[in-house]
Parts: sequence; structure tokens; C-alpha cells
Amino acid sequence: MDTHKAKRVEIIIEAVMASRLTNALEKAGVRGYSMLPVLGGTGRSGTWSRAGQVGRGEGMVQVVCLIRPERLDGLLDAAFSVVEKHIGVVSITDCEVLRAERF
Amino acid sequence: MLDLALANLLSPIVLSFALGLFAALVRSDLTVPEAAAKALSIYLLFAIGFKGGVSVSDHGIDGLLALSLLTGVILSALLPLIAFALIRVMSGLSTLDAAAVAGHYGSISIVTFVAATSVLQGAGITSEGFMVAVAAAMEAPAILSALWLVSRGEKSGRMDADLWREILFNGSIVLLLGSFAIGWITGDEGLDKISAFIVAPFQGVLCLFLLDMGLIAGRGLRSGAGLSAGLFGFGVLMPVIGSMIGLGAGVLIGLSTGGVLLLMVLSASASYIAVPAAMRVALPEANPSIYLTLSLGVTFPFNLTLGIPLYLWAAQLVTGG
Repeated sequence: MDTHKAKRVEIIIEAVMASRLTNALEKAGVRGYSMLPVLGGTGRSGTWSRAGQVGRGEGMVQVVCLIRPERLDGLLDAAFSVVEKHIGVVSITDCEVLRAERF
Repeated sequence: MLDLALANLLSPIVLSFALGLFAALVRSDLTVPEAAAKALSIYLLFAIGFKGGVSVSDHGIDGLLALSLLTGVILSALLPLIAFALIRVMSGLSTLDAAAVAGHYGSISIVTFVAATSVLQGAGITSEGFMVAVAAAMEAPAILSALWLVSRGEKSGRMDADLWREILFNGSIVLLLGSFAIGWITGDEGLDKISAFIVAPFQGVLCLFLLDMGLIAGRGLRSGAGLSAGLFGFGVLMPVIGSMIGLGAGVLIGLSTGGVLLLMVLSASASYIAVPAAMRVALPEANPSIYLTLSLGVTFPFNLTLGIPLYLWAAQLVTGG
């Protein structure tokens, strides 16, 4: 089966910034993304857990998008404008997709 | 005073909180799932809002309601200025971190408010039903004060239309004011229909919620074990100062003993839901572990265990109630 090269961008960011990030991605022409809950973790900003939280101040989410390699820079510029000063991680990996026209 | 404190310390809600705190400190695997915690908080907000609305429908509204709302807004805006000066003196935090902490101390903790209404109920003391609306009015002004404090320095907070909307229409405020309106509109007849749901189980649900709060506070204390003596002292002193200002304001506008206690508790408590979220957006460079540990790990337990009986004693002493 034919596969096509793509980039998988994973952005873990504070839940309060999630809608701002997805708005920026949409403005940058990203056609689709998935948002996943993050159960807990630890890092430079300390340890946290999703358990028992009632506010949005501490939660984190992960936004995952698959895009064509030539569109990566536009996506990263849009994402960086939102995540620059916030707690989170941005990572990019090479991947392959089956239906290139969808990305 | 000692009797009040002892009765409060041995109440099911405080002991539930202590159980959660203990479980977190000994690293037990006891947890309340996020969805369950949110469901419990929705129940408590709906019940407290509804009962407040019913109380207003029973007694009607007068000038005291508007005066109390105005007082709440002014207190919420002014308390961060006092908190800012105090924390700068006591801890030497940077302007940014001190302003972020100060914002939390102008806003309110609705769970502390709910615990205080429960204490009033147990003591057979009535209060103005509209204090629920005062609680809602005190959520946001403190955030603006915190941003103003930061803007006086080199940095400035990020305040956009989306953040305004999120602050003014955050879930807690919408639910509290919405259920208050439903209670007001439907009155005693409405309460009769759902009292089996929102009156009888209330204390039990509050116990479970405080168990969760104990777990969160314990985790916060564990991670914030490096809190300086100055910061810890601020977390205990600021609620006492806030409560005294609330006491003066409550007496000045003519609230009942119960109403004065609730205004004291609102002035003494620190936010851990609305303000942390707003600070993460508006002041992302401020250190969240400082304000969350202070608010949840120091001030909330202090108010719940020693603060509320102390405030009730002071309110009764001053009002003669």
C-alpha cells in the first residue's frame, strides 16, 4: 500500500490555553487535530495529577496534529505564539500516512 | 471560643478533610477521580445557590442586597492591594509572583463559604440568602487588581476578550448565579420538590468533597514543602486580616451575625479555581506552585479548621448575636 511522508506534531499545554492554541492552529490552516487528556506528570514546573482537580488552572492537555512536511513551519509559528511563555512541550516526529489528501 | 473550635474540629466535614490530608501526606493511593470531583462541586454549587435563592424569595430584596454586592466588589478589589504589600514585606517575592498571589486573596473560596454556611446551620444562626450572590460578585475584581499591580512594574498582564469571557462566565459563577435565580423564582414550592436531593444529602456530599480537597491540599503541601516561613506566615496572617476587614464592612452595612460571618469568610478565603486559571493565561510567568500551595495548602486548611470558629466568635462578640 502507498504511504506518504507527514509530520506528527504533539503539543502538551496547559488546559486553560487549549482553545487559544487550537484557534491559532486553525488560523494557520491546520485542517484537523485531536485533543487528548493528560493524566499527570512531572517536569521543570513540578509534579501534578489530574485526579481530584475541579478547576482548570492546573490541568494539561495534548494536541496532536498530522500535517504535510511543507506546512510544518506555519504550524510551528502559530503554536509558538501561544505556547511561548507557558508550561508545556512541543515535539515533532516523522511519520507516514495513508491518505495524503486529508492532511 | 474553645468550645466552638473543638466542635468545628470534630465535625464530619473537617475530619473528612483531615482524612484526605493524611492520605496524601502518607502517599496513599486514595484518589477521587476528576469527573467525580467535578460532579460533587456541581452538586454543592447548585444546592448552595438554590437555597440562597429560596431564602431571598422568602424574605424579599431590599437595599441591603445592593449594598452587600457593592461591598463585596470593593473588598475583592482592595484586599489584593493589602495582600501585595504584606507578602512583599514578609517574603520578598518578585512583583509578578506577589501580584499573582495577591489576586488569589482578593477572590474567594466557595468551599470555605459552603463550610461556613454549614457551621452556621449547625449553630442555628441564620444569614442573608443573597450572600451567595456576593460570593459570585467577589470572584473577578481581584483579578483586575492583580493585573494592575503588575502593570505598575516593567511587565504587564495579558488580558483579552476571551479571558474576560472566561472570568465573567466561568462555570462556577454561571452555576451559582443560575441556581440562585432558579431558587428565587421557584421559592419554597420549588425547594419542596427537590429538597430530598439538595437538602438531606448535602452534608454527606460536602464530606466527600472535602476529602478530595484534603487530598489536593496534602499533595500541594508535599510538593511545596520548601515554602519559606515568610510565605507560610502570610498564608495564615492574611486571612485573619481579611476577615477583620470583612467584619468591619459587614457591621458597617448592617448584616446579621450570620451575614457578617459569611462576609468575613469571603474576605479571608483565597481562590483556587477561578483565579489560578486566569493567572495562568494573564500572568504565565508567575510561579503557580507558590499561589496554589498558599491558597490550597495553607490558607484553606487554616480557614476550615481554626479560621471559621475564630471568625464566628469575633462576629458574635461584635454583633452580640
